Amino acid sequence: MRRYLADAAVLARKDVLLELRGRETLPAMVLFVVSALVVFHFALPGEQSRLAALGLLWVAILFTALLGLGRAFVAEREHRLLDGLVLAPCDRSAIWLGKVAATFVFLLLAEAVALPAFQLFFSGIDGPTVAAVLLADVGICAVGTLLAAMASAGRARELLLPLLFLPLAIPIMIGGVGAATVEHPARYLGFLGLYDVLFAILAWASFEYVVTE
Amino acid sequence: MAPKRIDAGGRAMIQARGLGKRFGDKRVLAELDFEVADGDFLVVTGPNGSGKTTLLRLCVGLAAPTSGELDIPDRSLIGYLGHDPLVYRELTALENLNLYGRLYRILQRRERIGMLLERFGLWDARNERTGSLSRGMLQRLGLCRTLLHEPALLVLDEPYSSLDAEGATLLDSELADLRPTRTLVVATHDPTRVARLASGRLALA
Repeated sequence: MRRYLADAAVLARKDVLLELRGRETLPAMVLFVVSALVVFHFALPGEQSRLAALGLLWVAILFTALLGLGRAFVAEREHRLLDGLVLAPCDRSAIWLGKVAATFVFLLLAEAVALPAFQLFFSGIDGPTVAAVLLADVGICAVGTLLAAMASAGRARELLLPLLFLPLAIPIMIGGVGAATVEHPARYLGFLGLYDVLFAILAWASFEYVVTE
Repeated sequence: MAPKRIDAGGRAMIQARGLGKRFGDKRVLAELDFEVADGDFLVVTGPNGSGKTTLLRLCVGLAAPTSGELDIPDRSLIGYLGHDPLVYRELTALENLNLYGRLYRILQRRERIGMLLERFGLWDARNERTGSLSRGMLQRLGLCRTLLHEPALLVLDEPYSSLDAEGATLLDSELADLRPTRTLVVATHDPTRVARLASGRLALA
């Protein structure tokens, strides 16, 4: 288990290092989420509803995550580097876990800008909303990384990833918006947690079959 | 049909029986029977599109056959160099080899990496991002990556491509050094280059 986690950590660290060098994904995610919130700010009527604004926050988070997931396997795809990782004697699901961890970090950093920006343009963020965002991030990264790997092997990858990801993200939206808007959010947070566990296990178990021909 | 992994302690490193591979309607390999025994040096030849790369990808487990049976060793025993050196262009040569060294759990990683970089003339370029290296230097780095974990089975796809005369001579001597202790499968358009080392030849039509 320690070796497995060490492999995943080595791969996640590599992705973070690649981003620090290339600076392609995270700046784009931050710029996108802030731009989206600015657009939503002007799109909503003057007396905006807090519920509508929270819904738009979740839309912005989801599409920002999609942007990051779309770039998750770019380095591996361009030079067939997934072959090198697949050939290594580590468990292949460690590749998935490493990517999930790196994407999670990028998404967290984008949200660290997005949530204060939301407070500035719309209204305050409460504890349950932050908890829901964190739980949603886990599910988004777990499912999205698997789908990004699947899409990266195809020709129409830019089309394929949103088409595969968005339907599977509907429960995340339901849980996230629910937790952020109701008085007693525990049920929705539990729902998000259950989604995370269930889909993380599914993605972890099926990743090996996605990365081999 | 996933290839069956065999113990490298056995006599045969690779065994193929009725091996076939299709991509959709296109048949790339059909009814191929061959065996690569421990210590063999098999040269795979054939014109462009004959399936050399596909066969080598099957032999390392990167692809699964669509028909027949294929037994290959565990992937920790395999070193594979394909058309790409499989290195991250934003990382330096040293960082790339360190990454693979950690994944292959190589003991005395620094010493091994340093020795390989010296041997392949890349020591001075060790801290350069590989995106700035020439194609020939990338090929040398790909060879370092392939040899890093001292694999029992080396599978090389056109290893001489992009190498200059000095690099090709270096590879000649490296293959000669490896020949007594390793099993090699090499696909090449120029079989004369490795003819003196080869123990067998598989010609694909």
